[in-house]
Amino acid sequence: MTDTTTEVLADFALDTTAKSLGDVVSDAKARFKSGNLGSLPSVLAIITLVAIFGYANPDAFLTTSNLANLMGQASAVIVIAMAVTFVLLLGEIDLAAGFTAGVAATVMATRLADGWPLWQALAISALVAIALGMFTGYMVAKVGIPSFVVTLANFLSFQGILLLLVKDKGTLRVQSTPVKALVGGNLSPTLSWLLVAVGLTLFAWSLWRTMANSYGAVPRSLVLIKLGGAAAAAIMVTLLLNENRAFEKAKEQGTVIDGIPYVVPAIMVLLVLLTFLLTRTQYGRHLMAVGGNPEAARRAGINVQRIRLTAFGLCGLIAGIGGIFLASFVDSVDPNTGANDTLLLAVGAAVIGGTSLFGGKGRVLNAVLGGIVLALIPNGLPLVGQRSPFGIIDIDFSSSGVKFICAGLALLAASSVDALSRKGA
Amino acid sequence: MSNDKPILELQGINKSFGPVQVLRAVDFNVYAGKVTALIGDNGAGKSTLVKCIAGVHPTDSGEVRFNGQSVSIHGPKDASELGIEIVYQDLALCENLDVVQNMFLGRERLKHGLLDGSSMEQAARDTLASLSVRTLKSVRQQVMSLSGGQRQTVAIARAVLWNSKVIILDEPTAALGVAQTAQVLELVRNLANQGVGVVLISHNMNEILQVADRVSAMYLGQVAADIEVTESTTRETLVELITSGRSGDVGLITNDAEEEVTA
Repeated sequence: MTDTTTEVLADFALDTTAKSLGDVVSDAKARFKSGNLGSLPSVLAIITLVAIFGYANPDAFLTTSNLANLMGQASAVIVIAMAVTFVLLLGEIDLAAGFTAGVAATVMATRLADGWPLWQALAISALVAIALGMFTGYMVAKVGIPSFVVTLANFLSFQGILLLLVKDKGTLRVQSTPVKALVGGNLSPTLSWLLVAVGLTLFAWSLWRTMANSYGAVPRSLVLIKLGGAAAAAIMVTLLLNENRAFEKAKEQGTVIDGIPYVVPAIMVLLVLLTFLLTRTQYGRHLMAVGGNPEAARRAGINVQRIRLTAFGLCGLIAGIGGIFLASFVDSVDPNTGANDTLLLAVGAAVIGGTSLFGGKGRVLNAVLGGIVLALIPNGLPLVGQRSPFGIIDIDFSSSGVKFICAGLALLAASSVDALSRKGA
Repeated sequence: MSNDKPILELQGINKSFGPVQVLRAVDFNVYAGKVTALIGDNGAGKSTLVKCIAGVHPTDSGEVRFNGQSVSIHGPKDASELGIEIVYQDLALCENLDVVQNMFLGRERLKHGLLDGSSMEQAARDTLASLSVRTLKSVRQQVMSLSGGQRQTVAIARAVLWNSKVIILDEPTAALGVAQTAQVLELVRNLANQGVGVVLISHNMNEILQVADRVSAMYLGQVAADIEVTESTTRETLVELITSGRSGDVGLITNDAEEEVTA
């Protein structure tokens, strides 16, 4: 490198100077101080909730079977939150994503009941989900109706479609073994270790790649800490989950429940694929741009309408996949699949994870973190049971009322963080 | 100096919106390597002229030559294909994206169908370095965290990145403080020194005298004067050209004599 180049590069000191671990930490501190908290609140919430519930009822909460349960309970909300993330990034909303999931699940269930092969049932259900999403997208992007109104209308009409599909059967059981196993089934202990090995290798590769492209801004020590932390956590969890977690009585009869639940690799694959789409492809970059400043995107030659249309289509498809998780959780579909609080929890999960409702800011990982927070609340509260926290009133923490109030407060806290950070910036 | 051919040449441009004639037989030249200031009061037709060049508005009549070749600009795409870029006042940056991502927005470099981050980052840094930009510490900063002057810099550098031949800056310093104005003016000068034909729209006479090589003054839809900036050019001359279309013996002839001259 010639002298002039070195001098020139010195103008971008922050890009080219090698950083120590301390620099990275102080950078992060500065970022938090400026109100850009990212996923920090959700991570803190997970730690706090685990600490509270673990303290209140360690025998029931801190068990491997509850850990596996929690993953299953969180999975559908996480996937639908991933779906909603793509429209939230545009500053739009999809209030009908829950029913899109319900309709997709029911389409699959009815096809399976008619004896269709699984892949055909899944394909047609995916097509229906995409079509529902694209319909919303068309109304928003081409007709120009605000997404809140379009999806409010769809909330009603998709529910109608769901009722028509289920008809008077009430509940439609899903008999397909793979679908039933998705939530509830487990990898064998050997495959669990294989999954950990593959996952850690890919993680190490991606970290190494980031470091190599960072001109020293990502220090080796940070990479090692991240990789070491991930490896320690993955190995510990796998060791725990590979233990037989059947009840004592069942164990005596020879029942074995062990291994990592299928939902873990399933969610991880979705997480990696969608993150890749959002951060490494031109489509993802354009989506972020439209969310940040539609006018700037339009002037840069981006087809804003096409991005809006396809984002809703994508939201529909992912929500449809979430519907399979919903069906698998209870091995059946009914008029309430994807109804009630499903959508609210999904949007809540994305926002609690740090995705902004105002568009332009968010990650797919946020949906996972927020989904875990919102699954922890109904999972842990019943285990707390009847208590009188301040010795004044008796509160039954297992009641639905308390659950809803806590979930609501969590969402409110998360959106306050979002709003305040925008004010600060 | 006059033996240099203009890179962009507009001749006899007319433009009406309904019954209102906004541009009247406008001649306007942009020279490579020179800063041409475009001045005029509000409503004099500066913005309309720029939008005609950008292809936002079609012209009613008149000729546009680029590099001596007659061209027709029917839309913004035609303009940018010729190498004409316009940096509007509102900059049109995405605050949630970083400097590199904004500079390459809509024209991302791909490798195996995926975004080629490191190549774009290097090119962005090279472009900024070639303009002697000293105000950006990192090209990985989100635009959200940049000052007004830095944002202006990013917007101008984005135009440079595409090897533009003509860059039109619409009041680039209007919203900036003193120090940042100086930075942007230095950047404007560097742009011209690189051989780009720069058009600077501004209301600040001092800044024009400081940085411009030529001044085209517009008055009521006509070009009142097209003068070279010399040491004897004064602020007063420019202000008179803007307010009355005439200063001393340069500028438009008064209404009584107008017919005689145009004949």
